[in-house]
Amino acid sequence: MKKELRLMKGNEAIAEAAIRAGTDGYFGYPITPQSEILEYLMEANPYETTGMVVLQAESEVAAINMVYGGAACGKKVMTSSSSPGISLKQEGISYIAGAELPCLIVNVARGGPGLGTIQPAQSDYFQSVKGGGHGDYHLIVLAPASVQEMADFVELGFDLAFKYRNPVLILSDGAIGQMMEKVYLNPPKPRSSEILEWATTGKPTTRERNIITSLDLDPNGQENFNLKLQAKYENIRKNEVRYEEFQCDDAQYLLVAYGTSARVCQKSVQIAREQGLKVGLLRPITLFPFPSERISELSDRVRGILSVEMSAGQMVEDVQLSVGCKVPVKHFGRMGGIVTTPDEVVDFLKLNIIGG
Amino acid sequence: MIEATGIKNIIKPENLVYKKSSVMTDNVLSYCPGCGHGTANRILAEVIEEMGIQSKTIGVSPVGCSVLLYNFLDVDMQEAAHGRAPAVATAIKRLIPDSFVFTYQGDGDLAAIGTAETIHACNRGENILIIFVNNGIYGMTGGQMAPTTLPGMKSSTSPAGRDVKTMGNPLKMTEIVATLPGTYYVTRQSVHTPANVRKTKKAIRKAVEYQKLDRGTCFIEIVSNCNSGWKMTPVQANKWMEETMFPYYPLGDIKVPVEESVK
Amino acid sequence: MAKMRGSIVVDAERCKGCEVCRVSCPTGTIGMAKEVNHKGYYFAYPENPDLCIGCANCAMVCPDGVITVYKTKI
Repeated sequence: MKKELRLMKGNEAIAEAAIRAGTDGYFGYPITPQSEILEYLMEANPYETTGMVVLQAESEVAAINMVYGGAACGKKVMTSSSSPGISLKQEGISYIAGAELPCLIVNVARGGPGLGTIQPAQSDYFQSVKGGGHGDYHLIVLAPASVQEMADFVELGFDLAFKYRNPVLILSDGAIGQMMEKVYLNPPKPRSSEILEWATTGKPTTRERNIITSLDLDPNGQENFNLKLQAKYENIRKNEVRYEEFQCDDAQYLLVAYGTSARVCQKSVQIAREQGLKVGLLRPITLFPFPSERISELSDRVRGILSVEMSAGQMVEDVQLSVGCKVPVKHFGRMGGIVTTPDEVVDFLKLNIIGG
Repeated sequence: MIEATGIKNIIKPENLVYKKSSVMTDNVLSYCPGCGHGTANRILAEVIEEMGIQSKTIGVSPVGCSVLLYNFLDVDMQEAAHGRAPAVATAIKRLIPDSFVFTYQGDGDLAAIGTAETIHACNRGENILIIFVNNGIYGMTGGQMAPTTLPGMKSSTSPAGRDVKTMGNPLKMTEIVATLPGTYYVTRQSVHTPANVRKTKKAIRKAVEYQKLDRGTCFIEIVSNCNSGWKMTPVQANKWMEETMFPYYPLGDIKVPVEESVK
Repeated sequence: MAKMRGSIVVDAERCKGCEVCRVSCPTGTIGMAKEVNHKGYYFAYPENPDLCIGCANCAMVCPDGVITVYKTKI
């Protein structure tokens, strides 16, 4: 079947893609700037067509625990929120990681800390890629830079979640959530009727009971479980790194940026090249696993790297870890809901990396 | 095994009147001696066995003394974060509607940290069974004051007794949820005497039947003891419970299905 | 009316000696052992087995499910 072309907001694209991906359940709570996801799903009422459950929970805390319950049944379940709501979900996300459950979480991020602002920001990077809740765990983090990727990453996210039995986070922001672009939507897929062998679906006489828990009071058992988790993350680092390069082949200077900042930096590359500066852009698509190896390779050929992020400088730490001391690495970014302009990036690059 | 002497001829399979349910695993219960949790776990297993719903049952255990419930019941189970069992159960039941879904929660879990999840699951009329074991104290963490701790009652965080002026009043969650249109059957029982065990078992059996009807949330409070937390022997604790807990938490049905009350 | 005779079997190793069964027994069948099991509990046992009527009250209230009950008419 052919893909369907539509003009949609990023948030709407997520919602429509969720229905088309054969999602079993969505559990959400309103928060700006992502409420359109829940609104779209309520309006679409997919329960009548695909049987997909859409539920407005009493809180983000309840919503993520509904995701836990559904995921533990082996179902394709998801939630979405924005930064303050994602903070509330962290307890549940830690449990989901600890119980090794597949699910999709969407963060249409806004500026913080605290109630912050409803404008876009990328200041949830640490929370997203370093764990976020308590304990040693990672989410697989996908960073869409377009409405098209908002749609595409729903299915990709579920695929990765089930492949690794690990929660997947789509880290978007208010700009991509709210902007309208054309998007090619996949034809609808039916919901899966497969019963997963580890899932709690009611114990038939043919198997032992299934228990979904993150608890192991025996320290040896708990350490062994943690080692197993770390081995899984290592496997993910090895196999799931995704990134995109723009004009990196001859680049003397490298920009590293994801999501909205990457869109801005594409323009910055163009402006810089018009001025005769050989600048390239690496856009991490997965933030965990981070494209460290590729950034390290590129750092052997460039004179300096600028990490651009709508934050005080979070991803720059991972860029620095990838590069070591081979070339100077600096951060540029605006905060508080301000989207960086392409010219600002070029000016900063010229002043602090090229000129420096 | 200790056997009664001279009555060996009675101990024959055909004379068996009571044995532990096959839905209980062989794991030794982690509860203190005389704790009502064990009895509550056991009769829940008995109902599941007797009603033939083992393959349909999905349970949710809480954080608290019964956190390891999944080790004792031979059914599929999930372990929820503290207080979140009703939200977890909501999704299970919505996604697998023909299952029998229950949560099993203590008073700290259900009436303090999980108040919102409890009230909203009940208010949505989620078609689940919530079993609420109320012993007026946080047992697992060592006998701290719970929202259900009685006025004047001593605990490790109310060493001079609960002062309601500064520590608040005991919360009657069961009465609260009974006021919500979403609840279908709300009752308060206990498991400290054979008669009470029989009544509680009957209540659980009803709740299973009601869940098949898809009429809303069933909520069974079991007022129970905490010998360790109350610093009493089990027998003393049961007596104290009758004398002190029951006046505040009176046993009996609080909300019965309309169809049944007109019968 | 036929008289009921009962008998109980206590899994002494799993008994925690809480005595809830003892106080629930209507005939005074159950007593607590003078020795302890491997966990250190004075376990329940049928001290007066001839009195047992097989009512299963003890098993009904046993938190640890360690009592099995048999009953027959004599």
